[in-house]
Amino acid sequence: MKQTRRDFIKTNAIVATASVAGITIPGAKEALAAEKQDDGIRWDKAACRYCGTGCSVLMGVKDGKVVASQGDPDAAVNRGLNCIKGYFLPKILYGKDRLTQPLLRKTDGKYDKNGKFEPVSWDEAFKTMAEKWIAARKKGPKGVGMFGSGQWTVWEGYAASKLMKAGFRSNSLEPNARHCMASAVGAFMRGFGIDEPMGCYDDLEHADVFVLWGANMAEMHPILWSRLTDTRLTKPGCEVHVMSTYEHRSYELADNEVTFVPQTDLAIANYIANYIVQNKAYNQEFIDKHVNFKKTPTDIGYGLRPTHPLEKAAKNPGKGKLSGITFEEYAKSLEPYTLEYTSKLSGVPKENLERLAKAYADPKKKVSSFWTMGFNQHTRGVWVNGLVYNIHLLMGKISEPGNSPFSLTGQPSACGTAREVGTFTHRLPADLVVKKEAHCKFAEKVWKLPEGTIPRANDPKMGKTLIHAVAMHRALKDGVMNTFWVMCNNNLQAAANFNDESYPGWRNPDNFIAVSDPYPTISAMGADLVLPTAMWIEKEGAYGNAERRTQFWRQQVAAPGDSKSDLWQLMEFAKYVKVKDVWPEDLIAQKPEYADKTLYDILYTNGQIDKFPAEQVTDDRGNKYDNDEAKHFGFYPQKGLFEEYRMFNTADDKPKKGHEMADFDAYHKARGIRWPVIDGKETLWRFREGYDPHVAKGSGLQFYGKPDGKANIITAPYEPAAEPPDAEYDMWLCTGRVLEHWHSGSMTRRVPELYRAVPDALVYMHPKDAKKRRLRDGSKVKVISRRGEITTRVETRGRNRPPEGLVFVPWFDAGRLINKVTLDQTDPLSKETDYKKCAVKVVKA
Amino acid sequence: MSDQNRNKVKGDSQQTTRRQFLVDSARTACGVGLLGLGIGVYSQRAGALPANALRPPGALPEMDFLAACTRCGLCVRDCPYDMLHLAKMGDDLPMGTPYFYAREAGCEMCEDIPCIPVCPTGALSHELTDINEARMGLAVVSDEETCIAFLGLRCEVCFNICPIRGKAITLEKRHNERSGKHALFIPVVHSDACTGCGKCEEVCILEESAIRVLPNPLVQGELGSHYRKGWEEKSKAGQALVTPDTEHRYNLPEGVRYEHDGEGLIIDDAESPDPNSAIDALNRGLGE
Repeated sequence: MKQTRRDFIKTNAIVATASVAGITIPGAKEALAAEKQDDGIRWDKAACRYCGTGCSVLMGVKDGKVVASQGDPDAAVNRGLNCIKGYFLPKILYGKDRLTQPLLRKTDGKYDKNGKFEPVSWDEAFKTMAEKWIAARKKGPKGVGMFGSGQWTVWEGYAASKLMKAGFRSNSLEPNARHCMASAVGAFMRGFGIDEPMGCYDDLEHADVFVLWGANMAEMHPILWSRLTDTRLTKPGCEVHVMSTYEHRSYELADNEVTFVPQTDLAIANYIANYIVQNKAYNQEFIDKHVNFKKTPTDIGYGLRPTHPLEKAAKNPGKGKLSGITFEEYAKSLEPYTLEYTSKLSGVPKENLERLAKAYADPKKKVSSFWTMGFNQHTRGVWVNGLVYNIHLLMGKISEPGNSPFSLTGQPSACGTAREVGTFTHRLPADLVVKKEAHCKFAEKVWKLPEGTIPRANDPKMGKTLIHAVAMHRALKDGVMNTFWVMCNNNLQAAANFNDESYPGWRNPDNFIAVSDPYPTISAMGADLVLPTAMWIEKEGAYGNAERRTQFWRQQVAAPGDSKSDLWQLMEFAKYVKVKDVWPEDLIAQKPEYADKTLYDILYTNGQIDKFPAEQVTDDRGNKYDNDEAKHFGFYPQKGLFEEYRMFNTADDKPKKGHEMADFDAYHKARGIRWPVIDGKETLWRFREGYDPHVAKGSGLQFYGKPDGKANIITAPYEPAAEPPDAEYDMWLCTGRVLEHWHSGSMTRRVPELYRAVPDALVYMHPKDAKKRRLRDGSKVKVISRRGEITTRVETRGRNRPPEGLVFVPWFDAGRLINKVTLDQTDPLSKETDYKKCAVKVVKA
Repeated sequence: MSDQNRNKVKGDSQQTTRRQFLVDSARTACGVGLLGLGIGVYSQRAGALPANALRPPGALPEMDFLAACTRCGLCVRDCPYDMLHLAKMGDDLPMGTPYFYAREAGCEMCEDIPCIPVCPTGALSHELTDINEARMGLAVVSDEETCIAFLGLRCEVCFNICPIRGKAITLEKRHNERSGKHALFIPVVHSDACTGCGKCEEVCILEESAIRVLPNPLVQGELGSHYRKGWEEKSKAGQALVTPDTEHRYNLPEGVRYEHDGEGLIIDDAESPDPNSAIDALNRGLGE
């Protein structure tokens, strides 16, 4: 809208006067027309589709189409603002190449892995798929696999978890959040026994010192960055420390630039702890009351295939069992990390390291640490997350306004769906795990299913059932897993080591790969069945952001053609599989009446999920909204699924407290509510008396995720990276994102303006490195690793300024798949891929 | 005007080849013979350059350039990015001269500036050997009402694309009074570094660009020749230009200080210093 309301009134008055006088005012007609355009737009709220920040937006719909958008001025997170991606939100729905019908590879009218895609009906698609799935499940629980998303809505994740864990009785369910947040989760569970940050975004206004550990917030969390920047600008004494392996946009605000050699963040964190201990700056009272000291096994390998020499050489591959130590033993473990040693190892000047240590150690300064993928995508990701908690716990700088170790998330519902619902192989809703018998039994009770339905981690009949994301691609390649359903993500582009692992796995002739996506992505191209998918506000949805804020939206528009939401697909597909197809006789014997029922019957019409009738969805202003799923299934599945899910965090006999949520209707009335929600009130800072009702009066602070209410300080050493540069592959490669594109670019690259702004992924390198190789800006080059190569152009003047010996390549570009180059190394504890460190060479193409 | 030009740029003239150019010239010659009437209109047009038309790097001042340029088209031929065009008859430019519109495609600023050495007359000055010294025009944020950075949105596409990174366009951070807790990142163009390459105008995500690259004389202001920026003069001199200054002393109540060059009035914290303060211990350091 180009006019304000006041302008409009003025214009109207002028026109009225002018027409009386018989005069035409130039431009006045056009101005009125512009105002008219906004007539009849229905505005409603939604959570932004992209990152974990969780900005609220208002979407304007007219004649069944999104015609306008705005940042939500009443949202606490963004107060009417958007980043450049959010500005273009309506356009992501209307790319010209939206998929509108199911497509199956066929030859001569029959499914053929090497055939061409042909349109099929949903019925044919699901019949074909069910046949493959039932056959694959007969091989065992790992025969089938589903790869979901931190972009699934809450109930989609929940429906998927039920379908896989209870329906197919398989723990082969993973979200792409495994590539993104698993290390953060691992550290939360080890340190605090409960997932997700204790603080909230209000820390951004209350801290005196900000430390970024491997997070380029300036580009990846743009609105949070503008809050952090505002605090830096307006608060006297506020300072910003930025740590990274290369210089990026966040350095523009840095008071202390800390560019370190990859992997040495482990040593830097230990140096800071050592500084605090040596100077006796730690908070003795806090440590005595609230902390236990632990150590973790070392030399744990790199999560590569067990046959890899590095895994064979590791003493304790994959080991993570903690054992107790004393404070003195902890202090001793830090001793090697002197200023001298750490500076030498990390390449960071002593004064920068000392300044950082002093900021943490100053009892008068409130410190908030932020991190994202630089920390999580790390072969020692759980360790390094923990090392920062160690610093905060030593100082007692935690769980209060401004004192906050804060793990940011990359996806809009990595927290709300992947983590809270628990769509990981080892998880169940609300922090429950399949490893624990009591948790499985509780889930079976909530789901009204016989005991033993959910496969145990070490199942008495099925053996080991857990399989993580990277292992899934290996299992596909090895022919162990034969069906794979990828929803709401682009894993063929996103997973590391495309050439050796993912692609051969997807195209293995024994395997049947289904991909649900709104657009023809790289993953869709690699699939056998492509399912056209309703996205974002084409369905009713809910996301949970990084500050534990759950946000709902109503269906705003219909999806194009025959595309259907992930929720519809999951529930509808369940109708094509009978219980007797996938359950063993002894289990069916417990519920003989289930034998001929479908998975849909037992999972989604269990009297709980179908409890709420389909109703006309309205808002408080009387606007009406469609709900295509309710219309199809005849009940309100989103509400039923959410209310059943809520039993995991509100039932009286729930195994774990602390995840309480408000009821379904409350969220449609609020611009997000931060859990735990107790008596209708949200929680800002957890574990702190006064802020968190779970903390007993008089105790001040309780880390109630752990039985004794104490958090763990866990010592862990520096260990080298898996693939450092050598004589031939002489540079580090780090991959990541840019502000203008989100993840694999399947949405943002379809916005012409964003495409024009950043069309291609370039290789950012130091001018001296370019010169050494006789390259200059714009030179065409190959980036080559032991696994593959891409061709791109050199950028030496751009937004990222790597030091000598390191190059950075963003991964959004489907035309330049940098994951052909990366290594499928993971943190052996969290199983999260390290996309930030492998060895490459760059040569003229 | 711009729409008309843009259409032309998008359409045929982008494809102008040397051969086409010669054909066009021949046609013009014929036209002159056949239709003496048209020439008056044409010659009027030929003198004026549209405000948003930019010349290749190293171009002499416009009148000198027109005098020197032989309309040979070699600079256009040697542009590896095909972003330079030759004006054709009917364009609002002197026919046969090279130009570009930033919104269509800006100059990629090749390090070796291939368009210059091929210029046979020096209309593109051979003295320009560092592309960073080129002055094809000057960027100006022409509309603060629509530029979304001024609204507090996180765009910065112009800043991010700028090849003279952090020098030709900087981001000035300001408090967002409206939201109360966010910062604005305002793009500011610096004429001492901007080459006028036009990439910022090319990629501006608005439907009409809010940043434009125009010939320098259309953009630049000029400070009164008498006036100096005091803070810059002081920093150049390394000290105050007028010395000495007396040591200022003030009548102040207890617990209050006054910093002449610093914060001004400072009311000291009521907190008494703690002899066991960890910060003092820290400031002594490890003493390695």
